Amino acid sequence: MIYSDLSKSIKELIEFHGIPKREVYLDYENSGLIIPEALRAMEEAYKFNGRGHPSITHLPGWLSYESLFKATSIFASIINCNPEEIVYTHSGSEANNLAILGSAVISPKGRRKIFVSSIEHLSVIFPAERLEERGFKLIKIPVDKEGYIDLDFISEHVDDETLMISVGIVNHEIGTIQDIKALRDITKDKNKEVLIHTDACAALGRIKLDMKELDVDLASFSSHKVYGPKGVGALYIKEGVKLEPIIYGQLSTQKLWPGVENVPGILGFSKAVETIYSNFTEYKSKMIELRDMLINSILNNIDHTLLNGPYGDKRSPDNINISFIYCEGEALTVELSMNGIYVSSGSACTSRVLEPSHVLLAIGRRYEEAHGSLLMKVTPFHTKSDMEYVLEVLPRIVNRLRSISPVKPSNR
Amino acid sequence: MSSRVPLTYGKKVIELFKNPKNVGKIEGANAEALAGSLACGDMIAIYLKVDETSDKIIDAKFESYGCAANIAAASILTEMIKGRNLSEAWKISWKDVSDELGGLPQVKYHCGVLAVGALRRAIRAYYEKRQKPNWLPKELSQEERHALEEEKLMEILAKRSQK
Repeated sequence: MIYSDLSKSIKELIEFHGIPKREVYLDYENSGLIIPEALRAMEEAYKFNGRGHPSITHLPGWLSYESLFKATSIFASIINCNPEEIVYTHSGSEANNLAILGSAVISPKGRRKIFVSSIEHLSVIFPAERLEERGFKLIKIPVDKEGYIDLDFISEHVDDETLMISVGIVNHEIGTIQDIKALRDITKDKNKEVLIHTDACAALGRIKLDMKELDVDLASFSSHKVYGPKGVGALYIKEGVKLEPIIYGQLSTQKLWPGVENVPGILGFSKAVETIYSNFTEYKSKMIELRDMLINSILNNIDHTLLNGPYGDKRSPDNINISFIYCEGEALTVELSMNGIYVSSGSACTSRVLEPSHVLLAIGRRYEEAHGSLLMKVTPFHTKSDMEYVLEVLPRIVNRLRSISPVKPSNR
Repeated sequence: MSSRVPLTYGKKVIELFKNPKNVGKIEGANAEALAGSLACGDMIAIYLKVDETSDKIIDAKFESYGCAANIAAASILTEMIKGRNLSEAWKISWKDVSDELGGLPQVKYHCGVLAVGALRRAIRAYYEKRQKPNWLPKELSQEERHALEEEKLMEILAKRSQK
């Protein structure tokens, strides 16, 4: 479709849709909303302390450099590392690419095996698959029904040829919290040279993260997933770990990522992380309460539903992923939208590809179970009343779509 | 590499998705057929009540498991064929369905294909035990073939993923 046609039809669609009287935004997997504290920090940066290029010798430059350093120090202290161990990118996807490709480019001879879990984010899987096309050996680590990686598989398969292992500490779709320390110990026991990378984009703000304690080599972060602005990612690179840049240009304060730093974005990101972790205990229990309210009520009150991922403490505090069998997920997202509830689905239709979510297939869900899945993420800023509204609307929509379907629960 | 393209539905698609016409089965239908599968994530059933002497479609209904476009395509197709002869109904293509909906996004063309595929299967089913007319082609039409290919492909993929 050509662009002008698209913009005409989308305008018509938006007009027809209208702005619902009540809105509950739960699609924090795909795009987070920014908190006011972060927005204020950004506004100040655009107006005053983040205008200049941080590497240039004039006042706006020095102001940018000073505020960039301060923001990085705050973030680094929260995740317990040195500011020098942080490299900013412009997204979590870029941070994951830098970790995987940047390690591979300078991999020592004979170290060509890369392990990634079968439920990683596509910004980990795709660069690893590109490397496979170029002669690396890609090994996908199997997971169990709850999404836990098979640690025995790692101890059996990691060898002298292994370059790196990448496993997300919190899975972005099903909320599984992995035991990264056990993964590291088992791996380093077999070969202490293996680099351990963890995609922590879905973990930041949901669990406590301590780089010294985790003792990984690389960890990726994304700003908008922690209620900061879009356009900022970060990679933690443990002191002494060597990476090669994967894009080239004028370097500034960032060792591996050329181009001018998104200083206002970074200030917003740091402020968002600071705000969340200053209230962490309270926010975490709030999220757990809302999460369990949704999960328990949906599983108890709507038939033919399945929770994807673990239940209770083993699950990320914000994550709700449920399959509504005999419903197609895209239809659910569209009708929920018309009721002001914004979520995403692992259905093939929503991502415009043939196969549904690779994460749900990897934990053994059947295609129809994956097609009927909804992913919702609660924040500390949601209310019980928001959840009540979702619980009022959702069953009605599920029932309507099931009533249209040629396959009814009773005739299967 | 998989990609996400913006997907915009026309007003008509959303209208019919919200308030579909002719939903359900027909009591005493003399032709029915299914296209797609649960594994595909889209499935359309078409039910027809055909007047035996004139071959005119007196009533048409559908059931659908699928996305908004899938439901809208099946709904509009039942409206397009009511009161028409089977030979006229046969001639409706996926493109006609898409046009009637005000244009489907490219990635949703297959919803129109699946709806027409189900209808043509129903028409064939009607003539299974009756004298086949000359206009009914022996070979599968494009829409029927595509529906079949999608069903087969998904069966293979679904089996592979269960291993």
